[in-house]
Amino acid sequence: MVAVAEPQQAPPQVSQPGPQQGSRPIYRSKALIAGGIVLAWLVLWLVFRNVGTLSLDASALTPLHRWINSVNDAVGASRNSNPLFLYFFNEIRFVIDEFVTFVQALIAQPSFGRPVPVIGWLGVVAIAGFVSLVVAGWRVALLAVAGFVFLGLQGLWQESMDTLSLTLAAVVISLLFGIPLGVWAGLSDRAHRVITPVLDFMQTMPTFVYLAPLTLFFLIGPASATIATLIYAAPPAIRITAHAIRSVPHNTVEASESLGATWQQTLVKVLLPSARKTIVLGINQTIMAALSMVTIAALIDAPGLGKTVVKALQTLDVGTAFNAGLAIVVLAIVLDRVTTAATERRKLPRWAMFGGLGVTGVAVYLSYTYLWAAEFQSDVEIGSSIRQGATAVTEWVQDSLPVITGGFKDFVTLALINPLQALLAESPWFVVALVIVAFSFLIGGLRPAVVSAVCLGLLVATGLWQDSMITLASTLVATILVMVLGVVVGVWMGRSRRADRVIRPVLDAGQVMPAFVYLVPFLALFSASRFTAIIAAVVFAAPVAIKIIADGVRAVSPATVEAATALGSSSWQTIVKVQLPMARRALTLAANQGLIYVLSMVVVGGLVGAGALGYDVVAGFSQGQLYGKGLAAGVAIVVLGVMLDRLTQAAAKRWTN
Amino acid sequence: MARHNVLGAVLVGALALAGCSGAKVGDSSSGAAGDCGTFNLAINPWVGYEANAAVLAYVAEKELKCKVTKKELKEEVAWQGFGTGEVDAVVENWGHDDLRKKYIDEQKTAVSAGSTGVKGQIGWYVPPWLAKEHPDILDWNNLNKYADKFKTSESGDKGQLLDGDPSFVTNDEALVKNLNLNYKVVYGGSETALIQAFRQAEKDKKWVIGYFYSPQWLLNEIKLEKVKLPEYKPGCDADAEKVACDYPDYDLDKIVSKKFADANGPAFQLVKNFKWTNEDQNTVAKYIAEDKMKPEDAAKKWVEANGDKVKAWLPKA
Repeated sequence: MVAVAEPQQAPPQVSQPGPQQGSRPIYRSKALIAGGIVLAWLVLWLVFRNVGTLSLDASALTPLHRWINSVNDAVGASRNSNPLFLYFFNEIRFVIDEFVTFVQALIAQPSFGRPVPVIGWLGVVAIAGFVSLVVAGWRVALLAVAGFVFLGLQGLWQESMDTLSLTLAAVVISLLFGIPLGVWAGLSDRAHRVITPVLDFMQTMPTFVYLAPLTLFFLIGPASATIATLIYAAPPAIRITAHAIRSVPHNTVEASESLGATWQQTLVKVLLPSARKTIVLGINQTIMAALSMVTIAALIDAPGLGKTVVKALQTLDVGTAFNAGLAIVVLAIVLDRVTTAATERRKLPRWAMFGGLGVTGVAVYLSYTYLWAAEFQSDVEIGSSIRQGATAVTEWVQDSLPVITGGFKDFVTLALINPLQALLAESPWFVVALVIVAFSFLIGGLRPAVVSAVCLGLLVATGLWQDSMITLASTLVATILVMVLGVVVGVWMGRSRRADRVIRPVLDAGQVMPAFVYLVPFLALFSASRFTAIIAAVVFAAPVAIKIIADGVRAVSPATVEAATALGSSSWQTIVKVQLPMARRALTLAANQGLIYVLSMVVVGGLVGAGALGYDVVAGFSQGQLYGKGLAAGVAIVVLGVMLDRLTQAAAKRWTN
Repeated sequence: MARHNVLGAVLVGALALAGCSGAKVGDSSSGAAGDCGTFNLAINPWVGYEANAAVLAYVAEKELKCKVTKKELKEEVAWQGFGTGEVDAVVENWGHDDLRKKYIDEQKTAVSAGSTGVKGQIGWYVPPWLAKEHPDILDWNNLNKYADKFKTSESGDKGQLLDGDPSFVTNDEALVKNLNLNYKVVYGGSETALIQAFRQAEKDKKWVIGYFYSPQWLLNEIKLEKVKLPEYKPGCDADAEKVACDYPDYDLDKIVSKKFADANGPAFQLVKNFKWTNEDQNTVAKYIAEDKMKPEDAAKKWVEANGDKVKAWLPKA
């Protein structure tokens, strides 16, 4: 879950010369130039095929990779004597460890000499219900209670509470730092400029790259797992807070200042309250991002549902993995609905407030005192039926579909992936680089062209040019598929409330269900291949694109749509001529986010046959001597991400103006 | 008024419910710990390892009264834990010369604690149906003859040699080149990818050749056959670029942290003495992977049936 809703801020009205009609011929000439570039590229590819592709064998290293290895080794060797470790990292670790362990002691782990946590299941369910009632209303409170009881019925109460503890701890720490940083970046342009690339880095750098070093700095345990989670989860809170502060109308702030308010008063009394709604959305995104890290954190012994998933997959036990994955989805949906509903202000009648408080208090007391309320034990157990059901479905899919799906894979590979990859990875590097810079200039002008040139230079420096191009080819194909799905399903959801209600939970599941749960059957359907990796990326990235487009289509004013219908447009015409063009900004945002999300799945792709950068990162995590190469591959992914992000943003700016 | 009544009723009802129910927390007592202390056992992510660890943990808890903390970690991270004092033992190590050099020779934070008695093999495997129908495929000399059959969307006009989990050292790219094989190494990237490929190959009689290893729980289910590569001779894999011979047999061993070994407590003695066979491990692995038993239960079942073997591991009093 990467790069969230990067500000749809009103694009600055930089004087765009030329009225609408005048730009037509410019578009045409640009299309001609673009065609010319592609043609030249094809010719050069034919002539220079497989020359200067800067390829590197899977086990080969460059001096840069070796140098990174030696730095890594030196840090490891000096760990026990270095004052930085003794007095800085150890202190941080200590504080975070204590905090997480405390939350676990409250709700998840046996603690304080008791065989059970302080608050048992009944208490946790009551608290969840009560908090939801206060911030989100009756309906959501019911959902929360049902969701938490469901976790218990799945036979995963303790695991779920461990995951919840870790997630809450990571989110609290993220917000502790994230909101002040976000406010700062919202108020100061310079801070914003400095922070943005750092956030890009935090969100696109594959976790596998820093997982092992983290345990060196913060040891194996809750601290490392929490920090790994918050590196990925904090950026949305920071970005969205900054965006929220920035979009408070200027005249509101000016009014406050002219009334003689101090800087602090303006911030606390005006800026924060008006930005509240958006900031809560940031918190929501942070929680979702934290939950999507559950399985990866399990690789460094993070307790909870992730461990269940990882362990089950060692024996390809899809049923058990799915059951645990479903628990993550349930947690995510509950937390999402609660925080989303929390954006609306509401007031609870006093009697409900006190009644709820009383019931919760009693429930907490009971769950502290009595075993039946502390440990979830139930005769109605649905976990095993879920496991069996998932296993049966998986087996059926694996037995009956591969004939069709295998053909589909071969077709897409031959028609789309192979040609694109041949062009990108088998042309001389300088030809590809020139083409990309030329396109960047054509799309966005001088600035994007310079950014692309710098990024391409960095790719060459990582020593992984060819791998980067192979990954780029797959990324582009995946993004195209994401956009096709995004437009089709997004328009459907945008036009029909009912479709929206049914599909949305499925999309949520696609975003937080650990990828490997569905990758096991996918491997049977499509073998270990680049296509399987692309499909995995699409499952993860399409939900975001679909949601953005659905919201965009819905936001088109109903009056306009009615007018079109009244004038006799068919549904098709309404969609193509009215709704989609008016949702242009949503479309570009969807493309941008789709790309970034696809890139964040590159590493998972490496686990199912994508090879290239994804595999380099995975191998670097697994083998000491490949560490440097893995890190270089991680940097290459970040660089690709930055380049594509800036390019799509530049294109979006041109197109929506 | 009515509202207060609601509130009161709820409270009274809840308290009444509490009064008439069940055992209180803290009624039962827990077992006392012996002089063994805490034993931090790394769990690397594969079933064979889990089998070793489960049996060791079971014996340490039941016989030596240790408090065993299992930590689920990948190899590299586990070895790193020797230095930071968070891991005491890794109980199935596949070679890993790079880690040995770094942590045993250079940082001196780890030491070997001898063989587990399990022999590990790495190599190229084909599904049983293929070995049966084309027995000559088990000799590498004949691989080029069949290269066409192994073509996939990923390998283009060459045969596909599927590699898996990058945790193990692979020489496959060099082997293909130096043995002049018309194959392309395709990186599946995970053990899951390999297992799915072999399962399907056997079920649908598909052509698959790939990197695999034994002992591995899948071999209980599908008897994959190993392809014979030019024989391994000590030193023939010295130059990674020029390798043209099979993988060596691995004597899977145990690695412990130096501190743990120097303290020489009962848990260390147990780890040092622990030794069993491929069949033993396969039995426990089968309990876990196929019979879906919890590792603790699988270990209990095996230990109860093999009391004499276990007795030999216990520290001499």
